[in-house]
Amino acid sequence: MNKLIGNFIETDARVLDLGCGDGSLLAFLKNNNQVNGLGLEINHQKIQECLQKDVNVIDQDIDSGLSNFQDQSFDAVIMSQSIQALRKPEVALEEITRIGKEAIISIPNFANWRCRLQLIFGGTMPISSALPHDWYSTPNIHLCSLKDFERLCVDHGAEILDRRLLSFDGQEQLFMKAAPNLLTEIALYRVKAKN
Amino acid sequence: MPNDSLGRVETKSFIHKDSFALKSGRTLQGFEMVYQTYGELNEAKDNAILICHALSGNHHVAGLNAEEKKGWWDDMVGPNKAFDTNKHFIVGCNNLGGCHGTTGPNSNNPETNSAYGSSFPMVTVGDWVKSQDLLRNHLGLPYWYAVVGGSLGGMQALQWSIDYPDLVKKIIVIAAAAKLSAQNIAFNEIARQAILADPNYNSEDKLPKTGLGLARMLGHITYLSDDAMREKFGRDMKKGEVNFSYDVEFEVESYLRYQGESFSNRFDAHTYLLMTKVLDYFDPAEAHGGDLAKTLKSVTAKALLIAFSSDWRFSPERSRELANAFIEAKKDVSFLEIDSPQGHDAFLIPSETYDNAVKTFLEKNE
Repeated sequence: MNKLIGNFIETDARVLDLGCGDGSLLAFLKNNNQVNGLGLEINHQKIQECLQKDVNVIDQDIDSGLSNFQDQSFDAVIMSQSIQALRKPEVALEEITRIGKEAIISIPNFANWRCRLQLIFGGTMPISSALPHDWYSTPNIHLCSLKDFERLCVDHGAEILDRRLLSFDGQEQLFMKAAPNLLTEIALYRVKAKN
Repeated sequence: MPNDSLGRVETKSFIHKDSFALKSGRTLQGFEMVYQTYGELNEAKDNAILICHALSGNHHVAGLNAEEKKGWWDDMVGPNKAFDTNKHFIVGCNNLGGCHGTTGPNSNNPETNSAYGSSFPMVTVGDWVKSQDLLRNHLGLPYWYAVVGGSLGGMQALQWSIDYPDLVKKIIVIAAAAKLSAQNIAFNEIARQAILADPNYNSEDKLPKTGLGLARMLGHITYLSDDAMREKFGRDMKKGEVNFSYDVEFEVESYLRYQGESFSNRFDAHTYLLMTKVLDYFDPAEAHGGDLAKTLKSVTAKALLIAFSSDWRFSPERSRELANAFIEAKKDVSFLEIDSPQGHDAFLIPSETYDNAVKTFLEKNE
């Protein structure tokens, strides 16, 4: 996944990683793409790990807004599998495409066949490698499918430039193109604000 | 002696003989600056850290001085502590205008051959940084690996990164702001009025201790959070009941009076006045039309900003403003808001998150 994202990002780009976790992706992009990166994170243990990796990190909650970032001030804004955990994904999408010239967003696909089977035949909320939480303790409060996300983009002025279909371990799987909304575990999108 | 203590430390002195021009337009005919150092300078001379003191601090940052008194940041500076003297060569100095050995209002004015007193020239954070750079040179340091400080100390660290971008690699700005708010200045003004209104102010043989004590009492309230005060004192009474008088009745009154009195015995009123003005004047962005991001354009140091959740003197929001300016200027910056009930004073108190952030940030990873 890191490599795939790296391919979307130009050398020396200014990159903002929303919910950057332990800073692995930014550290990777710094080494491989010489990016000038910045991460947002609220978990202090993870912030500590970012500092260890010499990754710039700001203690800021995405749900509290991103109004402190200026329009088009980053070449790329990355949101890795966390838009579904936000209180207002639609606001976040608008903000991300306002701040970034491009946005790279990945989502776990709730319409994946395994999820569907668990719901239909198991009668329980799906649990998978991409979505490993019980319904009551999941941070994922706004799960969606590829179709749902793409509709959100249309409705909120975001143009999809590229889409990659991945298994939960972040490997691109070309066979998923046969039925993306059914087969994909994680979808990776490159979007930008529509002019 | 605990093995994380520096033990006895000695105060050294640096004398600058040439004249020293101040931002105010006035000039000091040389000055003396006292300082302490902890840890060893390595061969490459790339492990020196300058710790800048806040309003009432001084050069005695850590260890035990001649009076067996611990330094003001002893909890965080020493072997294996957040600022690890096993790894770093740490310098603390007393700033110009101070009252603990560096040239200040109590020093002799060579022009009048008597103490400066209230005629000591106003100084600024920029003046301090310039004088600290002379100390750096005196110590034979090619640059500071880091300049750090809390509150007014953090403002000096910030000023260092702006004024001497080639001479500092990292800064840690703790519980500070890029400039004071009207509320901050208002508190300082009341503190000054308390001193200036003391009948002993500028008296030949008496000190304005009442005024200085009042100023400190006021300041102290702003260093603590509402919760911390409630926790510490609540409405506890000295004698268990009210006695309908203006004597000390509540514990908090007793505490504040004690703080004010003890402070007025160890600090100089002129220095206090001066320090509050240094705070009020601090506004590095002023030279760039108020544009802080533009001001930071020349900065090359990596910055770590730390704020504490219950600090209302310099709230986390003020640190975020500073962080945003670094971000806008595309500079290396990290920001951490630490949960703490202790208010502004939290910057003096070690905690796991705080110590780890400082330690990790100071590790060399180039």
